[in-house]
Amino acid sequence: MPKQLIIDGKPIEVEDGITLIQACEQAGVEIPRFCYHERLSIAGNCRMCLVEVQGSPKPVASCAMGVNDLPPNRDGSPKIINTKTPMVKKAREGVMEFLLINHPLDCPICDQGGECDLQDQAMAYGFGGSRFVENKRAVEEKYLGPLIKTAMNRCIHCTRCVRFTTEVAGVEELGAIGRGEDMEITTYLERGMMSELSANATDLCPVGALTHRPWAFIYRPWELRKTESIDVMDAVGSNVRVDARGREVQRILPRNNDAVNEEWISDKTRFVADGLRTQRLDQPYVRTDGRLKPASWDAVLDLVAAKLKTAQPERIGAIAGDLAGAEEMFALRDLLTQLGARNLDCRQDSTKLDPRRGRASYLFNSSIEGIEQADVILLVSTNPRLEAAVLNARIRKRWRQGCAVGLIGERADLTYPYEYLGAGPQTLRDVADGKHSFAAMLAEAKHPMVIVGSAAAARPDGVAVLSAAARIALGASRGKDASWNAFNVLHAVASRVAGLDLGFVPGEGGLDVAGMLSAARSGKLEVLYLLGADEFDMGHLDKVFVIYQGSHGDRGAQRADVVLPGSAYTEKSATYVNTEGRAQMTNRAAFPPGDAKEDWAIVRALSARVGRKLAYDSLSALRAALYKEVPALARLDRVEPASLAGVEALAAAGGALGSEPFQAAVRDFYLTNAIARASAVMAELSAMRKAAQQGTTGTHG
Amino acid sequence: MALSDKDRIFKNLYGFQDWKLAGARARGAWDNTKALIDKGHDWIINEIKSSGLRGRGGAGFPTGLKWSFMPKNDPRPSYLVVNADESEPGSCKDREIMRHDPHLLIEGALLASFAMRAHTCFTYVRGEFMRERERLETAVAEALDAKLIGKNNIHGWDFDFVVHHGAGAYICGEETALLESLEGKKGMPRLKPPFPANVGLYGAPTTVNNVESIAVAGDILRRGAGWFSALGKPNNTGTKLFQISGHVEHPCVVEEEMGIPLRELLERHAGGVRGGWANLLAVIPGGSSMPLLPASICDTLTLDFDTLSKLKSGMGTAAVIVMDKSADVVAAIRRIAYFYKHESCGQCTPCREGCGWMWRVLQRMERGEAEKREIDLLWDVTTRVEGHTICALGDAAAWPVQGLIRHFRSEIEARIDRYQAAQHQQAAE
Repeated sequence: MPKQLIIDGKPIEVEDGITLIQACEQAGVEIPRFCYHERLSIAGNCRMCLVEVQGSPKPVASCAMGVNDLPPNRDGSPKIINTKTPMVKKAREGVMEFLLINHPLDCPICDQGGECDLQDQAMAYGFGGSRFVENKRAVEEKYLGPLIKTAMNRCIHCTRCVRFTTEVAGVEELGAIGRGEDMEITTYLERGMMSELSANATDLCPVGALTHRPWAFIYRPWELRKTESIDVMDAVGSNVRVDARGREVQRILPRNNDAVNEEWISDKTRFVADGLRTQRLDQPYVRTDGRLKPASWDAVLDLVAAKLKTAQPERIGAIAGDLAGAEEMFALRDLLTQLGARNLDCRQDSTKLDPRRGRASYLFNSSIEGIEQADVILLVSTNPRLEAAVLNARIRKRWRQGCAVGLIGERADLTYPYEYLGAGPQTLRDVADGKHSFAAMLAEAKHPMVIVGSAAAARPDGVAVLSAAARIALGASRGKDASWNAFNVLHAVASRVAGLDLGFVPGEGGLDVAGMLSAARSGKLEVLYLLGADEFDMGHLDKVFVIYQGSHGDRGAQRADVVLPGSAYTEKSATYVNTEGRAQMTNRAAFPPGDAKEDWAIVRALSARVGRKLAYDSLSALRAALYKEVPALARLDRVEPASLAGVEALAAAGGALGSEPFQAAVRDFYLTNAIARASAVMAELSAMRKAAQQGTTGTHG
Repeated sequence: MALSDKDRIFKNLYGFQDWKLAGARARGAWDNTKALIDKGHDWIINEIKSSGLRGRGGAGFPTGLKWSFMPKNDPRPSYLVVNADESEPGSCKDREIMRHDPHLLIEGALLASFAMRAHTCFTYVRGEFMRERERLETAVAEALDAKLIGKNNIHGWDFDFVVHHGAGAYICGEETALLESLEGKKGMPRLKPPFPANVGLYGAPTTVNNVESIAVAGDILRRGAGWFSALGKPNNTGTKLFQISGHVEHPCVVEEEMGIPLRELLERHAGGVRGGWANLLAVIPGGSSMPLLPASICDTLTLDFDTLSKLKSGMGTAAVIVMDKSADVVAAIRRIAYFYKHESCGQCTPCREGCGWMWRVLQRMERGEAEKREIDLLWDVTTRVEGHTICALGDAAAWPVQGLIRHFRSEIEARIDRYQAAQHQQAAE
């Protein structure tokens, strides 16, 4: 039942159950706030959002007052809310003054300066001067780990950080000790927080009490050029904003997208920024006398073209890496096809997902937003906390509202309790055959979800595992909501879905990754083109001519005979498709270093030298060709349900399940790709986490 | 006209008699309680309503009305919570009840719980009340043994009386902070609405009452609402425990009629103000959070809710703190301000920041080291704390300071003048 209110003289009808601050927003009235945040529980402690409510002698905190608690007056007229009266003005000025009396006015040296809620609201709602002549409170700094720098004198005790870590991140490591004006926010143990989402607390901090430690004192926010982009550290496709100054990316912040990452990003997404500056391939190299020596673009392209022209097509292979954009994969696939080569694969981990079964067979079909409808979730061979930290927060959010979770695979702390069903395929078979009690729960669920980790599909019996999971999903959703697809593959890497979509997989009779590596060992492969592929043992490649195109000097570049310097995801406009099949595009925030080029352009230039010139001269022409062939990629920022036939095909595939226990795809969360491995911050976090797992405190040594 | 002995509820207030079950029974407690229960839930609530009993914890909200807010057909359990976290400086009545008449509390809790359809009562005892808690627990054990409470008791209403020992934080006497603390969380007040009658302890309907409000329930029901409402003044009925401390000859806790004149109370029971009535400087009538009243209006002052709130002070817990002319009134209020600064939970901004500010300004004013315009500043700060906070601790911190400025502004100004004169003289030398 809608509620009638009169806000600042304007009659408005608002939906039932919302809070007064939301009603004011709907009426177009801005209410200042510090502690209130849409995605956190209501604290009502800053008192900045006080408004005047008819009939109440005292101002009312609008964030904590539900419109349901504001019944109409006795005569039936709607309650009158005023936000601009002297009472409200005085209340806001008073709160502002109280917040500032113990706040150090060190804005000139504060990293929050320029984007600080306290600054902005002091301007808009505060006094001009200060009447406080006593000494200000001094608070000791707290060590919250390598990511969060504290200046606790600035803390205004809004407790957003505490509520975030407890409610969203799911680690109860931050809290408040002490009482009254001696209250202090701390982890108490003074060690880094064991959360993959911890730094979101710094975004939430409305003042400069929590700032980003790795970026301390290196920029002022107004110097930065802000570019909206997409993250590629995992397959979630978190929306980010990349802030750069000159040629260098200074920081990466989250952007709001309710359907994907809400407004959170993982610590890896955020702090990988320093990895974009180190270990960069900034000029072409050629291996001469066993060492990589700098060379000119002309020389390397001619050399590579000569190799490709002289090699038999069946002796040429190409592997696309985890960070490759759709455009360069498309161009490279076209080039290889023109050369007649069929050995190409984008599945570095040898996953058995196959685009020929249909799109639904490899997507997160229920969608990330769909998690919020799920009532029973079965996790198979996955640790979503490490494979997709932000998505895991969504599962936790759903669990808090009431949703059962079961896990088959490795035990891990997922930040929410779950029913542990078993370690291996035997349990999966039991659930599929309805012999396990969890099968009954799935059968009763209105919106069941089966989430299969990418590691499950990468096993030798991957098809059988996927098939069993598909059977469970189909069985659980039969006869229910027809628009609900319960089968979900949780990918761990950003490039995979686009690679499968555009068919960067072996052609008729072509070799997959495992086939290419074994062919390379036996000398049956002559040329191997690595498009940013680093995630396998380079020891296989002793006898093959390796071309490495990529941005970072990681495993692949070290083995390469020719290095073609490409761009990182912040330096090009490229399309990535996330695990649910949502195509999103990055934007160029900075130029690639040195002589490095955009990746699709390198392939295009090479094609001319090979004499098989690709039919597109610009990125837009390439995209036109790409979209014609793969229309799904053209529908940016949208998810279109994939036909259930894909899941049915998978379920029908069958196969014999092995007996090896399941494993999760990600071992070391902080070091999953070449950019992360180049980041000093990620290395520090990885070491800290390892030390904590071994029982030391992380500050030892 | 003083309260006659026959009208006393707390007959063992001074602890001269046996506080245990046998003694309590001899004084009339647990006398045919079953008959009262047999009259039904609504009869009890109506009887309390018509007795005019107002909550004895400080706010003076009508107790019967509060009980009637509890839902009648709710699938959730209902709870009675007795607030024995008596921490207001000056107040010491609940302590006496638990020491000397614990069975009155237990019997009242049974009746109140029955009226509100609650089977469990939690009593939150202040952390410092070690011995009182022990006596209460002993009394509970006696009542259990005698099948007065517990499962399948002689009253036909299953009833558990749980004694919970707090850790000694003043804020846990605020009803919602008390509930948080009882649930094992940090004692910080909750946002209201929802009120405890809807969402209280463990999310269930809960009524929180002061010890005295509950302890008088048995006598009111047994003797009838008419007896209670005939005592005292209209709208301020019944008897009340007054706690007299400070500059009197014999500080004491005494039961008297509501609306007794202050002078009569002090002179009859406390031996009068030290050095005679003319030596009176000021009185804090209801515990430290109530604004003080100067001697000039004390001659005819009667102690009841309505009179005191008309004078911009309050009845509070009826803890009368007397200051004679030897008292440094600025220092006294400064000390009270420090208390509230120390006990503020730190949750919401105006109280967390304002209490410390007020205390610091008062510290300087005590020495006279201030400007006269800062008196107005201090007043302004109190108005920005009062009414802007989650709970009433902000009000409690602001009111004593307001009382000081309202009645003793000239004293502060005189100190500032003296201090500045001394400074000038020092500079001249």
